[in-house]
Parts: sequence; C-alpha cells; structure tokens
Amino acid sequence: MPGDQAVVRLVNAVVLSKGFPLLSGVNLEVDRGSLSVVTGANGAGKTSLLRLLAGLDSLTSGEGMVAGVNLNGGDLRLLRRRVGWLGHEGSFYADLSARENLEFAARALERPADEVGSALERVGLTHRVDTTTKQLSAGQRRRLGLAWLLVRRPELWLLDEPYASLDDAGRTFFDQLLREVVAAGATVVISAHDPLRSGGISPQHFHMVGGRMRTT
Amino acid sequence: MIKLSQRLLGPVTLVSLALTFWLGLWVTPPDVVQGDLVRLLYVHPPIAWVALYVSFGTATIASCLYLWPRTRSDVMDRVAYCAMEISVVFIALTLITGSIWGRPTWGVWWAWDARLTSTAILGVFALAYLALRRANDDPAVRARRSGVFAILTAINVPIIHFSVQWWKTLHQGASVLTSNGTLNVHGSMLWTMLLGFIGFTLLFFWLLRYRYRLEVKRDFVVATTVDEALALRRREGV
Amino acid sequence: MTRVAWLVAGKDLRIEARSRVLLWQVLPFGVIALLLSGLALGPTHAGNSTAGPGLFYLVTLFVALLMINRSQALENAPGTRASVATLGLDPAGVFLGKALALTVELWITGLVLLGGSVLVLHTSLIGTVHALPSVLVTLAALAAAGTLYGALTQGGDGPATLLPVLTLPAFAPLLIAGERSYSAALHGGALWEWWVIVVVALVAYTAVGILLYGVLEES
Repeated sequence: MPGDQAVVRLVNAVVLSKGFPLLSGVNLEVDRGSLSVVTGANGAGKTSLLRLLAGLDSLTSGEGMVAGVNLNGGDLRLLRRRVGWLGHEGSFYADLSARENLEFAARALERPADEVGSALERVGLTHRVDTTTKQLSAGQRRRLGLAWLLVRRPELWLLDEPYASLDDAGRTFFDQLLREVVAAGATVVISAHDPLRSGGISPQHFHMVGGRMRTT
Repeated sequence: MIKLSQRLLGPVTLVSLALTFWLGLWVTPPDVVQGDLVRLLYVHPPIAWVALYVSFGTATIASCLYLWPRTRSDVMDRVAYCAMEISVVFIALTLITGSIWGRPTWGVWWAWDARLTSTAILGVFALAYLALRRANDDPAVRARRSGVFAILTAINVPIIHFSVQWWKTLHQGASVLTSNGTLNVHGSMLWTMLLGFIGFTLLFFWLLRYRYRLEVKRDFVVATTVDEALALRRREGV
Repeated sequence: MTRVAWLVAGKDLRIEARSRVLLWQVLPFGVIALLLSGLALGPTHAGNSTAGPGLFYLVTLFVALLMINRSQALENAPGTRASVATLGLDPAGVFLGKALALTVELWITGLVLLGGSVLVLHTSLIGTVHALPSVLVTLAALAAAGTLYGALTQGGDGPATLLPVLTLPAFAPLLIAGERSYSAALHGGALWEWWVIVVVALVAYTAVGILLYGVLEES
C-alpha cells in the first residue's frame, strides 16, 4: 500500500477459536499517526481484535493488512516486530528483574542497553529495577510494560486496557506518553471499557458488539 | 479414467483379498518345517508392509506436503490424519498376527524381538499422533503440529529400527528377497504372498478413500456449525 | 541465530538459578526415584545389580519430562508468550537456546544421579567415569528432542500429560543406546553402534529443530 495512510485495514475479518467466532466480521481502518480507542463490553472482541492486529492470532476469513503486512499469507513474524503489545496479563518473565526483562528485550531487538535505564526512569521504576517482576504490584508491572514499549519503539502500539491497575499519577503519565508517541508519528490502538477520559487528544472511537464494529 | 479406477478399487480389493485367502488356505501346500503355520506368511508380512511402509509413508509424505508452503492444503492434512488412523489398525493387526505366529514358534505371545519391539514403539507413535490431534482444536494449529510430529516420527523409524535390532533380535531375516538377492519363497507360495501384498495395499487405499470422504463430511458439518455460530455471535447485543 | 541462542539460553539458566526449581524440586525427585528403584530391586539385588545403568536412564527420563515441561512453561506464562512473540526472535535461535539451557540442566541432574547410582546401586565409579562422555551426549540428544516435543504440546489440552505420550517412544532408542554404552563402559563390550544411535539422534533432532521450530511457534 505505497502512499496509503491506513496502517490498519480490515475487511470482514473473522477469527475463530475452537469453533467460536471471536471476531465475526470486523471492518476497520486506522490512519497512520492516529490514536484509536476500541470500546465494548466484556467478550465483545476487543482483545481478539488487538491480537489479530499484532499477528498473534491468524485470520480465519476476510482480508487484512496491518503495518504493510498481509494477514493472509504475509510474514506475521515481520508484523510482530513492527508492533508493540501491552496485554492486561503482564508481559514478562516473572523470575527476572525489571532491568533483566528490559535488557532481554533490548538485546533481542539489538538496541543499546543504555536505553533500559532511561526507559525505567521514564516510567518511574528506578527504585524497583532489581526487583523480580513477580514481586511488583499490578500497577508497577503495567509501568514496566510501558518501559518495555519505550525500549521497543514500535510503529504500531496495541494496548489492551492500559488504564487498568494504574493510579491517578500513572494515568496522567500515560496520557502524556500517548500524546508524545502520537506526536512522534506512531499509531496507537487502545482497548477500553469506556471512552478515553484523557484530555488533549482527540481519538477515533470504535465500538464493538458481538465480535464486530458497531457505528457510534 | 480416474473415476473408473476409483469405482474398481473396491471390487478389485475384495477379489484380490478373497483370492489370497483361497490360495493361502486351500491351494498352497503346508511348509516342511512350520506346517500350516506358514499360511500366516500370506497375511502377516503384507499387513506389516501396509502398516510400516504404505500408511506411515503416506502420512509422512502428506505431512511434508502440508508443511511445504507451496503445497499446503487441507487435503494433505486430511490425508495424513486418515492414513495415520488406518496405520494404527494395521499396526495392531501386525502385532496380533505376529503374536499368533510367535507363540508356537518362540513359545511366547510377546518376545523382546527387534521387529516386534520397534513395531510396538511405532504403534505408540501413531497413537501419540492421534492424541496430539485431539489436544488441539484449532484446525491450522492442529495441522501444523501433527505435520511436524509425523516428520519426527519418520526420522525416528530408522533410529528405533537399528537401536532395537542391535539390542536384540529373534525375528527371521527378510522373507522373500534375501540380502544376497536370492528368492526364499517359491512357486504358488510366492505368488499367493505377492497377491496378499497387492490386496492389502489396495485395501489401505480403499479404506483411505472412505475415511477421507468421512473427514470431508465432518469438515462440512463443522463449517455449517461455524456459520450458525457466526450468525449467533452477530446477533449479540442486537 | 547464534546470538539469539546465547540470549535465550542465558535467560533460561538465569531464571533457573533465580527460581531454584531444579535444586529444590527436580533433583530431590530424581534422588527419591533412584532410591525407590533400589527398593524395587529388593535388598538382595539393590547393591549388586547390573541394572544400575538402566535405572539411571529411566530415572533421568522421568526427571527430563519435568524439566522439559518447566522449560516450555517459562515461555507460556500468561502474557509472556504474546509479548515475547512481538520481539520476533529467530525461531532456530530460540530452539538452540532452549535446548542448550536444557542440556546444561540435564547435565547437572545427570551428574547428581550418577553419583547417586554409584552410592546407592554400587555402580562402579571408574566405569561411570568412563561412561561420562556417552552420558553427556545422550543427555544433549534428550534435551534437543525434549525441546521439540515440549513445544509441540504447548497451548493444547493437557500439555503435562501429553508430553510423556509424545516423548517416551522417541526416548526409547536413546534409553537403549545410553544404557548399552554405560553398561559397555562398566562391563566391556562394543560401544560404537550406540554412539552412532546417539549422535544421529542428536544431529537429526537439532536439524529438525532449526528447520521446523518456527512452524511450532506459529502455532
């Protein structure tokens, strides 16, 4: 899609898991450098949509193009390298410390290790760098997830309910981070139960019901 | 032409097997040493041939073709699965007929013989393949994993064969063609055994054809269920 | 590939050193299993049996099953699989790294169990030292095979129970070759054919792992 502004384009996307349609025909277009929020009730298909966009689940039928990779037969490993994923379960090796987890990611991506220190400082975890991840609180693990993404610097950020477990300071910090990321040209797709509460950004809103988009 | 051969597959299989049994039980003479036990020669080696080479070979080739991106299709996955399932039946028959032959020859139903042991291990592999398929519901995941497992099993065949053979063997050597190229079996016995090989090989392909058809029908039922599930899912919240 | 292999092996060994599951759970299990083997032989045979090498490998196989499960479980903890997948690591390197870490862990366990079998089953110390090279290569082959079969079972129903069903038939020739070469080191006899089995298995599993681990990761 040379010159195409859409980073994400899905046409009638269906994803099945064990015969159950997680996504039942999603049509979606997300522009480059935009912030999109996908809302919906539990089980509406928000996480499944983000997993499809991350190349973590395969498309059963329909068409899809994400970050220049065709979801039908394209190189999903290449797609995964282009996206950053923050799930709500935590993202790390529980027995490694915050620093060790980020160093692993940095080395895997062949990034300089000195980015780890600044990323941890940025998310306010300098005092817990040597704590094993399983000893961190849920909110701290969420911050570590953000640091992981800062080290990764992906072109498409996929954040599954990122506000969960964050305190007020965390939410404010996260809003600020989102503004910077979008201003720097990255594309962000967030799943949330409710519309985004942060000010200063005007996101594109999508609402999911029954595994597909409903116009709001 | 293909349709005609498909139509003829069943009758030709039945006729060749019926002839094998008729020749094997009534026409061919008893052996000087083994007596009537030799009649198992017309059944046991052909069944073992189908179990260890034809069905396992078909499953392995189909698995390779599935994993190779250019030839990947559901057809190959179905063929691999159906061939492996039939192979379980033939391996069981190989072990049963082998035991029946072994009891009067060796004095025991089961012996730690190289071929017996390696066939049993291969049978466990085939059962493990079916267990692996049942453990994965997603068709694409199931097909990829079972394809890799079938290839690993094929690699294991010579390793198991030699390890068990070097470990211990009681089994007789090659029956028809010896390592120095001479024929061990002669006359009506040879032809009956060869007919048995043809009959059981045809039986494998006949069974494979019907098992494959069943699998296609099952996939059709699953697809219909998926359509219904999609319709239900889309009605959520409406 | 090599860079990723060292990275993954280092990470797995670091996690093992941190969690001490090998030390406090796997090794005690191995020692108990060895003692139970002696009890199963009975008081007459436990101390002077020729079954020492076979029992050593049998116990090692069961211990290996625990370690393979553990090695794969690290990658499949909630959330870990998804976020690590987005690093786009070379699957051949991941396979080699995980197999390498498992080899080191199996070597440690193997050495402890060899010591145990000398102590409890009265296996000859000199013979055991002679058998060491073949034991180490056999354990490396077990690790390569185990890494592949372990990845096959993940994500499906009952991975812990499916693993033995898939691996034990494949481990059978390694068990035979390992036991025979250990026995040959203790009591004399031909060795070369058992080396052939073990080395062929090691090379075959490593080659398949390098080629096909990516297919399993896609699953």
